[in-house]
Amino acid sequence: MLKLSYADYVALRAHGEETYPHECCGILLGKAMPEGNAVREVVRAGNTRTDSAHNRYHIAPEELIQAQRQARKLGLDIVGFYHSHPDHPAQWSQTDYIEAHWVGCSYVITAVAQGKAKISNSFLLTGSNEEDKKFLDEPIEIEVSNAETKQEGGEQ
Amino acid sequence: MNINIPTPLRTYTGGEQSVSVPGATVAEALEALTGAYPELRQHLYSAEGKLRSFVNIYLNDDDIRYLPQKEATSVEESDELSIIPSIAGGCCCCL
Repeated sequence: MLKLSYADYVALRAHGEETYPHECCGILLGKAMPEGNAVREVVRAGNTRTDSAHNRYHIAPEELIQAQRQARKLGLDIVGFYHSHPDHPAQWSQTDYIEAHWVGCSYVITAVAQGKAKISNSFLLTGSNEEDKKFLDEPIEIEVSNAETKQEGGEQ
Repeated sequence: MNINIPTPLRTYTGGEQSVSVPGATVAEALEALTGAYPELRQHLYSAEGKLRSFVNIYLNDDDIRYLPQKEATSVEESDELSIIPSIAGGCCCCL
């Protein structure tokens, strides 16, 4: 399960709407808990794939290093990433799978249709190496003040 | 010098997020790291011993691939190495 605040949930979806028809991307800082990754900060990143930004994203390693430093200062870790799929389902693609290397991290994908954020799904990258890695659907738990709203993962 | 370990590789460093290693060059520091934590080697290097294409190694703020002496670059005790797997993807297989 991926836990994040309602404000962070709204922020990462809004990012996808802002960059439409291009893909947005960002980094999730938080803590790995026994029940799953808990997000505490959402860090926007630039998409360096300006050659094909409508269907590709890439985060510059320099931004990842900055995010890692920021996380360390806050006593947090990088626990996941997010990106958008403009006019495509919120389902990982073969490209997402091939390019996924952060085992134990959550990959959140938001479908943005005609500029409006639709479904957001999260996938946990599991496995022990490049040969046996797998994306597993994971529910997103959104913390709304004192109430909690659950959005089950796996939808497209 | 300190080497920062990314979240997915901490499984192989006993949970340590930063590891202190000896070494006069980047290569020596990485060798000391994989000597201390042998399971890391397969995650950093291919069977041919080359750094995996998706693994970025930064000396402070510089990608070692673009340093003139690459892995043979000299390091100081105060320098910081960061291992950063790449982050990329996209919504479909077509270009």
